[in-house]
Amino acid sequence: MELKVKGWDINFVAKKIADDIPDGSYVNLGIGIPELVANHIPEGKEIIFHTENGLLGMGPSPEPSKADPELINAGKKCVTAIPGACYFHHADSFAMIRGGHIDYCVLGAFQVSQEGDLANWSTGEPNAIPAVGGAMDLVAGVKNIFVITQHVTKTGEPKIVKKCTYPLTGKNVVNKIYTNFAVMEVFDKKIFVKELAPDVTPEFLQSVTDAELHF
Amino acid sequence: MLNKIYSSPAEAVADIFDGATILISGFGEAGSPIELIHALIDHGAKNLTIVSNNTGSGHVGLAALIENKQVKKVICSFPKTANSVVFPELYKKGEIELELVPQGTLAERIRCGGAGIPAFYTPTAVGTVLEEGKEKRIFNGKEYLLEHAIKGDFALVKCLKADRYGNLVYNKTARNFGPIMCMAAKTTIVQAKQVVQLGEIDPEIVVTPGIFVQRVVEVPNPMEESILVAENRRYPWN
Repeated sequence: MELKVKGWDINFVAKKIADDIPDGSYVNLGIGIPELVANHIPEGKEIIFHTENGLLGMGPSPEPSKADPELINAGKKCVTAIPGACYFHHADSFAMIRGGHIDYCVLGAFQVSQEGDLANWSTGEPNAIPAVGGAMDLVAGVKNIFVITQHVTKTGEPKIVKKCTYPLTGKNVVNKIYTNFAVMEVFDKKIFVKELAPDVTPEFLQSVTDAELHF
Repeated sequence: MLNKIYSSPAEAVADIFDGATILISGFGEAGSPIELIHALIDHGAKNLTIVSNNTGSGHVGLAALIENKQVKKVICSFPKTANSVVFPELYKKGEIELELVPQGTLAERIRCGGAGIPAFYTPTAVGTVLEEGKEKRIFNGKEYLLEHAIKGDFALVKCLKADRYGNLVYNKTARNFGPIMCMAAKTTIVQAKQVVQLGEIDPEIVVTPGIFVQRVVEVPNPMEESILVAENRRYPWN
């Protein structure tokens, strides 16, 4: 089903997240769309990016000639280290995550439930190779979990649902959901709509959302 | 005299036995001790349990060890990467076992293995399929899972510099699992790009204290896995 309503461009959604993260925060970005957030940090705001493979102070991609295969991010892409960066081993890196030291984590999603459950690591297909990485640690330990996603799937199915049908990454872990149609907060196991894209009405948003929305 | 320097990868891995549990450092290719793994392929030990974050790329390094049918089980967090072909194929055919562990739980299980802590509680994976079969306990109103330590018979680790006492420093994000794997194995075998004299590594910047390392081999020009994969190389060499 092709929707006539387009909402915000996903880069604009990433910019909204970049605007909402306070100056001086420690932030972990998931692989893929969440990485867009790094491109939109406003001038003058200092955000320290953590990558779970052992770097605080991750900078942008290097020029190809300066790429170092031993300086990579969690997506195994070459990155740089900013002045003031530091390296550490995996147990320390996940102590930062699991010990509640990282302020914000931005993740993609297959589904988010109205109680804040997140499914983003497996579609549960019987033939798939299961691979979880650090997703379950991030949602269990980081103080604020933001989700960035298209509001519906490519085939028009709701991704914001009453109950996740895909295997969970964590239960009751999501704090805020940013989609091309709206910004929503999860509080007390309910979803509250905080902002709508210009061409989105409350009725339309509910019609493409399985979860019960509160306006 | 305390001298942990070995003359070659082959000599350093010579006593790895069939059925051993081996911790292998690396996050993708960063920190993967490819020369030590190739020596283990030449050596031929079988029925190995491998603990590593990934399962290798292409047909070299860890992927080649698996392709050579030396591995019965992998314990890992992310058994596929952009170019992993070997593990997915064997897994789909049911020819290799997988214990899937969240990455932070994997790191902490290894750390605890090295620190003499048999098990610990963590909130990671509560309410997911990965909690199945695990003891659950509530602390301060919150649920936690009991996770057991991992210990290795051997660890294969890559670092930047080592001295003959086994003190190590690493290179950037190639550090990853190296320091905790050195702690958690009975026999830790390290390949270092450079072996330096005692005292050349400032004691203030030693990352792995030598007590956690048993053997060091100098490999001055380690191969880059991504280059070998791009050239479609296979080990044993094609």
